[in-house]
Amino acid sequence: MIDLYTRRVAVNRFNLVMSLATMGFGMFFLLWILGVLFYQGFTALSPSLFTQMTPPPGSAGGLANAIVGSVLIVVVATFISTPIGILAGIYLAEYGKSGTIAKSTRFINDILLSAPSIVIGLFVYTIYVAEVNHFSGWAGSVALGLIAVPVVVRTTENMLLLVPNSLREAAVALGAPMWKVILMVTLKAVRGGVITGILLAVARMSGETAPLLFTALNNQFFSLNMNAPMANLPVVIFQFALSPYDDWRVLAWAGALLITLTVLVINILARSVFRQSAVR
Amino acid sequence: MSADPATAALRAPVDISQDSRVARAPTPPSEHRAAARWQDWLFENLTRFFALLVLALLLGILAALGYAAIPAIDKFGFGFFATNVWNPVTSQFGALAPIYGTLVTSAIALAIGVPVSFGIAIFLTEMCPAVLKRPLGTAVELLAAIPSIIYGMWGLFVFAPIFGDYIQPLLSKTLGNVWIIAPLFKGAPNGIGMLSAGIILAVMVIPFISSVMRDVFEIVPPVLKESAYGIGCTTWEVVWNVVLPYTKVGVIGGIMLGLGRALGETMAVTFVIGNAYRISASLFEPGNSIASALANEFNEASDPVHRASLIALGLVLFVLTTIVLALSRLLIAQLAKGEGKKT
Repeated sequence: MIDLYTRRVAVNRFNLVMSLATMGFGMFFLLWILGVLFYQGFTALSPSLFTQMTPPPGSAGGLANAIVGSVLIVVVATFISTPIGILAGIYLAEYGKSGTIAKSTRFINDILLSAPSIVIGLFVYTIYVAEVNHFSGWAGSVALGLIAVPVVVRTTENMLLLVPNSLREAAVALGAPMWKVILMVTLKAVRGGVITGILLAVARMSGETAPLLFTALNNQFFSLNMNAPMANLPVVIFQFALSPYDDWRVLAWAGALLITLTVLVINILARSVFRQSAVR
Repeated sequence: MSADPATAALRAPVDISQDSRVARAPTPPSEHRAAARWQDWLFENLTRFFALLVLALLLGILAALGYAAIPAIDKFGFGFFATNVWNPVTSQFGALAPIYGTLVTSAIALAIGVPVSFGIAIFLTEMCPAVLKRPLGTAVELLAAIPSIIYGMWGLFVFAPIFGDYIQPLLSKTLGNVWIIAPLFKGAPNGIGMLSAGIILAVMVIPFISSVMRDVFEIVPPVLKESAYGIGCTTWEVVWNVVLPYTKVGVIGGIMLGLGRALGETMAVTFVIGNAYRISASLFEPGNSIASALANEFNEASDPVHRASLIALGLVLFVLTTIVLALSRLLIAQLAKGEGKKT
C-alpha cells in the first residue's frame, strides 16, 4: 500500500512529464516537417526556377509564371480585402460597439475566420466563374480576398479598441468631425497593428490552395491577363506533387519551399517588427 | 478722490470687443458645420455598409450554394445524405461516404489533438520558464502558419511510407487484438488512409486548440491558484481541480474551434486519404472526406448533376462547420463574460 502523499507526488510527476512530452511531440512534428521541406526544397532550388516557365510533363523547367501569377493574385486580393476589412473594423469599434448589427457582424466574422476555404472557392465559383463561364485570375483574387477580410476586420477592431478614449476626446474637442478623428487620429495611432493584420492576412492568402482550384485554376504559360486562367504556386504544387514525373515533383518541393518561406517570413515580420509599434 | 487724468482714463469703460488682443469664440460658417455633419453621416454609413457586407457574406454563401445544389436535391431528395453510391457514369450520387470520412478523420484528429494540446497548454502556462514562454508559444503557432499543402506533401512522401512500414504493423499487432476496437486496426498497412489523414489533421489542429487553452488558462485569477498551492496541492492537482473547472467552457470552445478546422481542412487530407468512396470498418483503408472529394473531382465534373452533387456536399460541410464554430464562439464568449463579473 503506497501512502497518499507518495501517490500524489507520483501522479504529479507523471502528468508533468507527460505535459513536457506533448510539447516535445509538437516540436518534433514542426522540426520534422520544416526539416524535410528545407532539405528537399533547397536541393531543388536553382536560378532557372525564376526564369523558366512551368514545363510540360517529364521535362525540366521553372516556376516563373506561377510565381508572377501568385504575386498578382495576392496583391489584387489585398487591395480588395484591405478597405473592406478596415472599414468594417472601424464600424465595429467606433460606431457599432455593442449594438445588434455590430454584435452579429462580430459573431459571423469569427465564424468566417475559420470557415473552410474550399467552400469560399466553391462560393466564388457559383457566383462568378459559373456566370461568366471561364476561370480567371480575378475570381482567384476575389476568393482569396474573401478569406482575408475576416482577418483584417478582427485585427482592425482589436487595435482600435486599444486607443484610449482621451485621444478621441481631445480630437473632438478641437472641433474635428468624427470621420477625421477616426481616420487621422485613432487609425493613425494603431497603424502598426493594422498593418500587422494585413500582413497576417497576406500570409494566410499566400498559402491557400483550395480556393484557387475552382477560381484561378492554372495556366501552363506566362500570362498577365487577370481575366483568364492564371498560373499560381499553390495549384501548380498540388498538380505537380501528385504527378508521377520526378521533374515535376522536384519543382513542387521548390515551390513549397518558396511559399513556406514567404509565409514564415511575413509571419515573423508581423509579429516582431510591427507588434512593438502597435503598443505605442 | 483725485482727478488724476491718467486714472480717469483707466476707469473709463472700454469696449474690449474691438480689441484685437482679446480671444473670441470663432463662429464657424454654417455651411462648414453642415458639410462636417454630412461627411460624418456618409462615413458612418459607409463603414456600416461594409460591416453588413461581412454579415451578408455568410447568408450569401448559404444561399448561393443552396441554389446551385438544387439539381442534386431535386433528383435524389434527402436520400442523398443517406446513400453510399458515387457513380459519375450512371449519374448516381450519395453523400454518405464523404460525410462519414469527414467525421471519422476529424474524430481521430480530436482524439489525438485534444490531450496533446492540453499538455502543451499546461506546459506553457504552469511549467515553462518565463524566458522560453514566448519562443515556444510562437513555435507552436508556427505549426498553424505552415500552409496545408505542405502538410499534404510531407504526409504523402515522408509520413505515409514510415507510417505504413513501421507504425501500422505495430498497431495491428497490438491494438488489432483488443476486442471491440480490433476491426479498426486491420487491413493492408499501406500508409495511406483515414488514420494517416486523422493523425496529420491532429498535428494541424494542435496550434488552434492549444492557443485557446493557453489563453483561457491565463485568465484564471492567480489568487485561486495560490490558495490551492497554499493548502498543499501539487501542480497537477491545481490544474485538474482549479484551473480546468474554472475554464471548462473555454476549453470546450477551443476544442470546437479545432473541430471546425479539422472538418474543413482540404489539401492535407486530399493527399493522404486515398480518395475512395467507401465506408469500411478499418481505419487503415482509404476513404474520402467532403473537402477532398471537392478538391479531387470538382474541375473534372462536367455532368450538371455531378457538379450539383459536389456543391451539395460543400453546403453540408459549410453548415456543419458553421454550427460547430458558432458553438465554439458562444462557449468562449460565455467564459469571457464570467471573467468580467468575477474580477
